[in-house]
Amino acid sequence: MDNAVYLSVENVNLAFGGTQALIDVSFNVSEGELLAIIGPNGAGKTSMLNCINSFYRPDKGRIIFKGHDLTRLSSHRVAPLGIARTFQNIALYTGMSVLENLMAARHVHMNHGMIAGALYFGRAQKEEVENRIVVEEIIDFLEIEHIRKAIVGALPYGLRKRVELGRALALEPKLLLLDEPMAGMNLEEKEDMARFILDIHELQGTTILLIEHDMGLVMDIAERVIVLDFGLKIAEGTPDEIKNNPTVIQAYLGEEFGASPPDVVSQ
Amino acid sequence: MAVLRPAGDFDRSYQQDMSFLRKPWHWVALFFSIGVVATSPYWGTPTIITTANRIGYWIIAVQGLNILTGYTGQISLGQAAFMLVGGYVSALSVTHLGVSTFLALPIAALGAGLVGLIFGLPSLRVKGFYLAMATLAAQFIIPWMTRYTFTDYLGGSDGIIPAPAPHIGDYVFNEPARYLHITLGALIITTFLAANISRSRLGRAFVAIRDNDLAAELLGVNLFGYKLRAFFIAAMYAGIAGALRAHSDQSIGTELGYDLIESILLLGMLVIGGLGTNLGPFLGASFVILLEEFSGFVGRNVAMMMPAEMTPRLLTSFRPIFFGLMLMIFLIFEPRGLAHRWQLFKAAWRLRPFSH
Amino acid sequence: MNWVLVPQAVVTGILNGGVIGLIALGVVMIYKSSEIFNFSQGHLLTLGVFLTWWFAGAKETGDELFNLPLVFAVLAAFIIAALIGFIIERVALRPMAGQPLLSIILMTLGLAQLLEGVINLTFGVQPRSNFPAPFPATESFKIPFSLAFNETIFLRKTLVATFIVAMLGTALLILFFRFTRTGLAMRATAEDHELARSIGISVPRVFGLSWAIAGIVAAAGGVLLAMQIGASPTLSTVVLVAFPAILLGGLESLPGAIIGGIAVGLAQGLVGASSLVVIRNSAAIAPYVLLLIIMFIRPEGLFGQKRIERI
Ligand SMILES: Nc1ncnc2c1ncn2[C@@H]1O[C@H](COP(=O)(O)OP(=O)(O)OP(=O)(O)O)[C@@H](O)[C@H]1O
Ligand SMILES: [Mg+2]
Repeated sequence: MDNAVYLSVENVNLAFGGTQALIDVSFNVSEGELLAIIGPNGAGKTSMLNCINSFYRPDKGRIIFKGHDLTRLSSHRVAPLGIARTFQNIALYTGMSVLENLMAARHVHMNHGMIAGALYFGRAQKEEVENRIVVEEIIDFLEIEHIRKAIVGALPYGLRKRVELGRALALEPKLLLLDEPMAGMNLEEKEDMARFILDIHELQGTTILLIEHDMGLVMDIAERVIVLDFGLKIAEGTPDEIKNNPTVIQAYLGEEFGASPPDVVSQ
Repeated sequence: MAVLRPAGDFDRSYQQDMSFLRKPWHWVALFFSIGVVATSPYWGTPTIITTANRIGYWIIAVQGLNILTGYTGQISLGQAAFMLVGGYVSALSVTHLGVSTFLALPIAALGAGLVGLIFGLPSLRVKGFYLAMATLAAQFIIPWMTRYTFTDYLGGSDGIIPAPAPHIGDYVFNEPARYLHITLGALIITTFLAANISRSRLGRAFVAIRDNDLAAELLGVNLFGYKLRAFFIAAMYAGIAGALRAHSDQSIGTELGYDLIESILLLGMLVIGGLGTNLGPFLGASFVILLEEFSGFVGRNVAMMMPAEMTPRLLTSFRPIFFGLMLMIFLIFEPRGLAHRWQLFKAAWRLRPFSH
Repeated sequence: MNWVLVPQAVVTGILNGGVIGLIALGVVMIYKSSEIFNFSQGHLLTLGVFLTWWFAGAKETGDELFNLPLVFAVLAAFIIAALIGFIIERVALRPMAGQPLLSIILMTLGLAQLLEGVINLTFGVQPRSNFPAPFPATESFKIPFSLAFNETIFLRKTLVATFIVAMLGTALLILFFRFTRTGLAMRATAEDHELARSIGISVPRVFGLSWAIAGIVAAAGGVLLAMQIGASPTLSTVVLVAFPAILLGGLESLPGAIIGGIAVGLAQGLVGASSLVVIRNSAAIAPYVLLLIIMFIRPEGLFGQKRIERI
């Protein structure tokens, strides 16, 4: 594995009124790595991704990706750098078809402007076809050909999660941020999703930052794990190290509503 | 609704799949309908021709609103005010700059578009309902400007300035039977452009903003930039519609029907026709204009049967009642508008005789 | 600026603002409980005015139904206005639950059109100047003030009475929300529908109730307005200045609505004191210009809370 630092999060602090969502969080991601962030509810995991997306602006700290300080960019400038994202509560374009959702994500890869688009001549039409080919490949990869013209608002939950992954892939990301991609799925759907994630990681070498509650899955697929609790990074290491880390076990067992603490130990 | 296409009906390339007119009969239908409207001066009654002309420019205004509200999801309560801008810019260009009306139309579009940009600026800070209020501000501020500023040019508070009828050589388009062809030509162009916008990169960015603005932003869509583009295009369409209307009436003035009620009427046309569809503006504008004609007819006839002192109230009440009721009924029972009904009808027709 | 006119303009502006605030309050109430912005409030108001006029009787025209004293006429109008508010919620807005913002806005706009037609049909389109008022519209208190025009500020009695009634009405509403069971239930609903439902509050009832109260508030505001400028179908457009007041205050704050109303009244008064004709003519748009300025400085309104969006 390449050890060069790809994404570096440095002393990020974020507060909402009284709640400290992130306290002095630092970590690095290497190119081609599959890193998981875990932690109890409200630990600050989603907030961390939102900071990387420059959707929240940290009160303090920097996030460097390929030489750019993401915290200084407007949120729409992050995606063109090659950072794509799926969301904890699916955030698809509900009124569009699957195909259109993916095509919409090709936005940053297309150049034609307002006038070319309105005339639909030359460049515009050519770009539409070229990008359509990329999108169709992703659709084939995710095995969603049969629903490509269905309106996503009407699809079942599991499929919508998959389409959302497809939309993120359509950006051809260098860094893929996945916020609980398997939450609320049944076992079979989870396995499919895990397979897709691993394929993306291995076949395309995409760097992946994954938030997931299902410990078993995280331990199986992640190369490295970071644990957040109440905004603090309390542990970092390989899945094995995390499993046996006493602070982590404490955090999960001490957590009243913690969903699956025993998994940590038993797996 | 491509899902409902019969078996064996495939597209052979992405290009074909992406085009609107996929079949020879689509082209036939298109040319047939254009032909029917274009020849209406030879077979239609004056009422039909006038109404068709009127429907024509309202469709264009609704098409613009459709881009802003239907596709981009930004509610505008000021579309009629941008029509007013277009009407004035066009009339002034012809009377003071001496340009041909055909050149004045794009100038009007640009002028209205720029004003639209200005009133789109609040979208940097506010959205949803607050933004709707900013457009309501446009609906009050623009007519105020045309009433009280530059009175020498704009005609003052209840002034009307001439908007000369267009002409090519000696042929003057000074009656609906002639003017209709200009409206129709403009409508064909605006429809072509709007349809292309809706299926290209720009249109997808618009719909992305409507469906999930935050996700769109994180996927690289510059929200402010694209909202401004939508405001610009919507106001340009309004500008063209306003200019067409002005030269058709041969006059333009603040009090000639560019008020909040017209803006509401435009929103009503859009919803009744079908938000975010290319067909919607056609169906909605036609429906509402015909409904207005009908309301006027009912009002006049009831007034004739009632005592004379009832006349003013009868003439002013049917239009709002019918329109208000229709809008409410559509919102409750068919929020996707007539365009959706048409889709359902087409689907049922295709599957005939086994529609169930 | 015509400085000698300013003191009078400020005073009149503030007094006018009271009524605008009260009208704004009706809209805020509905918004707080159900997140519906009622564009038909102006027409509800006009309806309330004409109902009162109808009950109180218009002695010159013979159009009157009853010849009730003003107080009873107002009460009768309140009852009917509440009923209409309640019915509107049930018939038109309840089916819209969960629909997008645009549909809901259009529903209230459609409603406004329907009400306009109904008002025109039942009451006619001509303005009625003979709206009953406790004092003749011209009677005023004269307050000596050295900086003012003629060294006097005129306080029209109707205007003062109107302002006091508007403030009393507002206080009454705020007390109602603070201390009565129903008021508390309504506030709980405004905070969180699910939570309110779970502690046994009937959310639909609260919606209905807030529309009924909004009907009364609209009628009250309308009657106060009509005492000064008479009853006419165009009252509904006069009310359009209340909309910026609402956003200035912050859309969800009751005191904010009143302050917003006063700000609007003040802005309208002050432009009236300008020495430029163009500015003097801008009373109708001054509130909107103010609104646009506030939107850039403080988009959430003066009393609104800033929310950080989540995804
Ligand atoms: N926009 C916001 N406004 C106010 N508070 C927020 C906002 N976003 C997050 N928070 C708070 O920050 C803390 C961290 O939230 P975050 O969503 O990052 O947690 P999480 O680890 O993703 O939890 P979960 O597993 O439930 O998704 C929580 O206390 C949350 O309430
Ligand atoms: Mg989360």
